[in-house]
Amino acid sequence: MPSLILSTATRYLLPLMLLFSVFVLIRGHNEPGGGFIGGLVASTAYALYAISSGVEKARAALPIEPRYIIAVGLGIAVTSGMISMILGDPFMTSQWLDTVFPVIGKVGTPVMFDTGVYLVVIGVTLTIIFNLAEGE
Amino acid sequence: MLYAVVSGFGAALVAPLIHQSVRRWSGWLLVLLPLALFGYFASHMEQISDGEKIAFAYTWVPSLDVELAFMLDGLSLLFVLLVSGIGALIVLYGSAYLADHPQLGRFYAYLLMFMASMLGVALADNLITLFIFWELTSISSYLLIAFKHDYESSREAAKKALIVTGAGGLALLAGLILVGIEADTWTISELASRKDVIQEGGLYLPALLLILVGCFAKSAQFPFHFWLPYAMEAPTPVSAYLHSATMVKAGVYLLARLHPSLGGTDEWHAIVTGVGGLTMLIAGFIAWQHTDLKKILAYTTISALGILVFLLGIGTGLAVKGAMIFLLVHSLYKGALFMVAGSIDHETGTRDIAQLGDLAKSMPFTAVGAGLAALSMAGLPPLLGFIGKEIIYEATQEAHDLLPLVLTAAALLANIFNVAAAAMVTLKPFTGQAAHTPKHPHEAPLAMWIGPVVLGGFTLAFGVASNLLLKDFFAQTVAAVYGKPYEVKLGLWHGLNTTLVLSVVTLVAGGLLYAYLRQILPIVKPLNVGEKLGPDRLYDIGFEGILDFASLTERFFQNGHLRYYLMTIIFTLSSLLILTMTTQIDFDSIQLNVDDVLLHEYLLAGLMIAAAITITMTSSRLMAVAALGVVGYSVALLYVFYGAPDLAMTQFSIETLSVVVLVLVLYRLPKFKDFSTPRSRARDGIIAVMFGGLVTTLILIITSEPLQSRLSPYFAENSYVLAKGHNVVNVILVDFRGFDTMGEITVLGVAAIGIFALLKLRPSSRKEE
Repeated sequence: MPSLILSTATRYLLPLMLLFSVFVLIRGHNEPGGGFIGGLVASTAYALYAISSGVEKARAALPIEPRYIIAVGLGIAVTSGMISMILGDPFMTSQWLDTVFPVIGKVGTPVMFDTGVYLVVIGVTLTIIFNLAEGE
Repeated sequence: MLYAVVSGFGAALVAPLIHQSVRRWSGWLLVLLPLALFGYFASHMEQISDGEKIAFAYTWVPSLDVELAFMLDGLSLLFVLLVSGIGALIVLYGSAYLADHPQLGRFYAYLLMFMASMLGVALADNLITLFIFWELTSISSYLLIAFKHDYESSREAAKKALIVTGAGGLALLAGLILVGIEADTWTISELASRKDVIQEGGLYLPALLLILVGCFAKSAQFPFHFWLPYAMEAPTPVSAYLHSATMVKAGVYLLARLHPSLGGTDEWHAIVTGVGGLTMLIAGFIAWQHTDLKKILAYTTISALGILVFLLGIGTGLAVKGAMIFLLVHSLYKGALFMVAGSIDHETGTRDIAQLGDLAKSMPFTAVGAGLAALSMAGLPPLLGFIGKEIIYEATQEAHDLLPLVLTAAALLANIFNVAAAAMVTLKPFTGQAAHTPKHPHEAPLAMWIGPVVLGGFTLAFGVASNLLLKDFFAQTVAAVYGKPYEVKLGLWHGLNTTLVLSVVTLVAGGLLYAYLRQILPIVKPLNVGEKLGPDRLYDIGFEGILDFASLTERFFQNGHLRYYLMTIIFTLSSLLILTMTTQIDFDSIQLNVDDVLLHEYLLAGLMIAAAITITMTSSRLMAVAALGVVGYSVALLYVFYGAPDLAMTQFSIETLSVVVLVLVLYRLPKFKDFSTPRSRARDGIIAVMFGGLVTTLILIITSEPLQSRLSPYFAENSYVLAKGHNVVNVILVDFRGFDTMGEITVLGVAAIGIFALLKLRPSSRKEE
């Protein structure tokens, strides 16, 4: 039983929450936040959308299958660790760029790793929620 | 030298591709590698004979003191020449033997992988490196035995070999580590100089026993010998190479290698000589009772390995010399005879000697190789086997510290069996009356007869010119095993003495045994109780026992009910913790300080308790979920009050999502009904109270101690300095403890895949498709 109020509200909430999740992800290095929380917020956004408008629409709103997001996230996380190996340091030694970017701040492999975590969390949560909601 | 070892692994990778592209000539192309290796190692012959040692070390795992250290001395040179030389002949032989097999490429890959591993074993100068290559030989042996994997017998045989040698390998690892600890070095060539430290240390006996188990399992010594006859399921080239000429000698090699550091004690003499002697007699005795060519050869191989171990156990200079010469003798003739057996099987269609006869006419080249090898096996002059046997007899007679008479008698008996077996595998198939065979016999292709002929030729050449060809080299080989320089003289003629008499007795008795085989067999048959009560049977019983035990425990613990899993886990955990706490904790020191608890905190705690009670009492699932949510949010609020914003944010998000997931699950559950009996509810209640009480006590204990942590200040100080982040929690997650996080997200991903599989890949939904 789709509720009109909820679905209308969600249409505006979804982009806002996603934006917020990215914000949480980026600020995580210096203020409360981080990839894990950001990922959970983003998943909540999609979960809300799935409840209000149905799983099919929620799936369509995602660029790729949630399962693939897990793979992409893990890939990014591992790659971030490998970068230091290419530069001659042990696996997962953090590497930073000297320039400070506006909005994002300092850029380095931990931020990249956190992005991987963010994506894995989204992928895992949505894989569970979508499949549970769809049934067999 | 590293390249010499690694090249085999590299070649193994590309061998299937090479085979696919050149097909018929792949054998002739791939043989170049072992030949090149043989040439490379042979070029060091002069240096080694002059007493030099060539060592190379490459850092591998410096933190564990593991080096890729290799050393070439007399002993390893003998082994690597055998491995690469016979390897070359086997590659050729295999290319013809398995010419029509669709997986010949894979065969080459396994074979080359084995060769590289075996070179590694023989060259390794670091205990751990040696062990790694040792295990690699077990694995490649497993793959090769199971090469005909569509036969169950092959798979069983491969499994048996892997389990026996693998278990031995574990014992060996433990033993090597003990030796390494006691000697305070992992470099094998340094062990000998610390002989006294090792042998007087308390770890000597356990280390020795563990290492011996490993060596005995690998070299098929009693009571671990039973896997080897089964391993004959492998294609014959494999039996010739791994299970007679090279791999099974790895145990002997290691005994020889460690003889300078571990040998010479009473324990060494008693165990090594005893086990070796027992093995050579038992296996020799069984050998001539079989009629399958490969079975006879397998048991004579075990017997020969027994002789080698027996000699190393005696450990005098003469015995070591005998062992090293006999090792070469055996590798040459046994490799040749196995290839001959394979050729006979290949060309006639049978390996049963009762069905074979007069093949010398149709297979002349093979017969020449077989004849030379068998003469050497029987120990006839002028072949190298004669020299080997003479030295063995000399060594047993001179072992004055032990029991020379008993040892000589045992060696005599083993050699008599050997002579009879040699006659059986060559005289019977190649001479006498022609027999009717499944296939019409004709000569095997060049690639298949060249091996036996070359090996037979070596046996003859070494025999005739032993002093010229082998003296200097074997002086180094023996020195490496004996631990001090030893002068080696070789020759066919030693004068008229007891040794010569013993040789004659051996030949005559062996000949008689062969001649009267038919009369003797029925008499000795009842003595074969070993098959029913032997270690093989024990292995089977033990294996079944393990499987039964596994399924029993699985049925008990993995009963398929989540509630019982939870109950078992929580109950076990609480019981163990309570048990520890009652004995270890001083309860008087626990204080409960409630003075600075604020009113809203009391309210929050009350809310949580009320919600928790609601969960257990309500009969509506939705209500329970909502109440659970209340508990979760209250915890999150607690985090906010006590200044942990990251935790609070995570907790809020998690709670929200949990409620969503639970609602989705609820929607699929059947209607709520009360099935539980008062008794089960009482039981659950007790466990729940127990666990709750336990956690409460734990927190009280922890908080009544002043919190002392070196980590918290460290993280706080270094978060920005080292990791350029102000949020300590997040810096720990992605930087200081990033590796943990990596593991966690991997687990998360795997769990999601598992959930997906559970929900989507049901057998029922597959049927519908």
